Amino acid sequence: MAEPEFMGYRRADGTVGVRNHVVVMNSVAEAATIVQRIADAAAGVVPVVHHHGYAQFPEDREQTLRTLAGNAANPNVAAALFVGLGGEQETALELAERVRARGRTAHALILEEAPSVAAFVEEAAAWLRRQLAEAESIPRMPAKVSELIVGLECGGSDAWSGVTANPALGVASDIIVGYGGTVILSETTEAIGAEHILAARAISPQVAKAFLDIIAAYENRMLATGTDIRSANPSPGNVKGGLTTLDEKSLGCIKKGGSTPLMEVVRYADRPKERGLVFMDTPGYDVDSVTGMTAGGAQIVVFTTGRGSPTGSPIAPVIKVSTNSRIYRRMPQHIDVDAGVILEGKGTLESVGREIFDQVLAVANGKPAAAELFGHKEFSIWRLAETI
Amino acid sequence: MNALRMHPDDSVAVLVRDLAPGDPVLLAEGEEPVTLARQAIPYGHKVALRPIRAGEPVIKYGERMGIATADIEPGEHVHVHNVRGLKPEERGVAVNG
Repeated sequence: MAEPEFMGYRRADGTVGVRNHVVVMNSVAEAATIVQRIADAAAGVVPVVHHHGYAQFPEDREQTLRTLAGNAANPNVAAALFVGLGGEQETALELAERVRARGRTAHALILEEAPSVAAFVEEAAAWLRRQLAEAESIPRMPAKVSELIVGLECGGSDAWSGVTANPALGVASDIIVGYGGTVILSETTEAIGAEHILAARAISPQVAKAFLDIIAAYENRMLATGTDIRSANPSPGNVKGGLTTLDEKSLGCIKKGGSTPLMEVVRYADRPKERGLVFMDTPGYDVDSVTGMTAGGAQIVVFTTGRGSPTGSPIAPVIKVSTNSRIYRRMPQHIDVDAGVILEGKGTLESVGREIFDQVLAVANGKPAAAELFGHKEFSIWRLAETI
Repeated sequence: MNALRMHPDDSVAVLVRDLAPGDPVLLAEGEEPVTLARQAIPYGHKVALRPIRAGEPVIKYGERMGIATADIEPGEHVHVHNVRGLKPEERGVAVNG
């Protein structure tokens, strides 16, 4: 079958965006509201607001910088402005430098150096308006599915997640990978119990070891806090719903990734070097996980939910797949594809998987996902240590 | 249709409707029943599609989801009373050590 194309925005680093965002980000939490004011002053600019960036241990500082720079360099972003305060001014400057080093457009402004807050907001808005005008001149060009990185997520799961939406998403993942594209499976905590299945599918012993290492590291960090995931799962509620073993529960989660070989394991917020199925080390917390995958270059995220989770992203369209038709009928505004039809015999894993793939292509071509129509822009960074 | 088989190799299917004893297990519209339910089984739970002997793996998603702790006949409820999780040495890979 001929590889389907979509129309995307070609970037200087060779990547292709499905959106053409101009973003403004705070480099530290204190600048969050200033960033919102700047975005309000430059219509069309996307604010990316978070509550990190200062008073962090070195491992968190590095993870914050990697996540912010990665998101600013996401193919969906035409240009990024970082807003810093002063005491930590090197943070905003370093972020802009990291993004420019990847051949992408970025700038930093420091509040402390401005004659007044009003002048600062206007200077920032003026830079962003120029970038918006430049972004508008970028045409959509033909691009291939092999140039897509699709992040996979589940949140607000229910008893049907592992039966309908996750395996149907796995069918879509296999189609994307079949065309040479990339899917990122994440949520390390959720893979505990099925790690042997993915490890056995690793392309090399090195990749298998990398995967088992992140599972062991996460599990040991949890055990150090007294939390034993293996003994706590499946939960009594899971068992009542019909899940029998941890193996079964975790299989239902990793099924989102389909059945192709595991090509690579990447750190949180790192960009994959390989194509195909890639695992990113992230928490199970959906917002942290989505933010890590968009930092890793995911232009689109597909998100399965049994409870109608509203999570969106300021960087990438988040396509929602419901696990049951009841939640779809109650919250059609939040949901793009209903995998609940499988339970009613009105669809199969194959047909819903194909529908998810078609939706990925439509959204890549510019169709807004439900979460975009409602302006959902959740963004948070996986925190590793305490605050200093 | 009242049951979903996730993979052609699976020895179990997930019920999408409650079944009463003697109800047919139907994987697709218009197909012959695979077996008959041997007891009441709630939706969301699993039913055996073929005989599974004690000590044999139970297959779902084409993978080993557990080990049978008793002989299981087609049409029987498959759950914590006759299946246990895999032990680390049964997984083929070591994680913590």
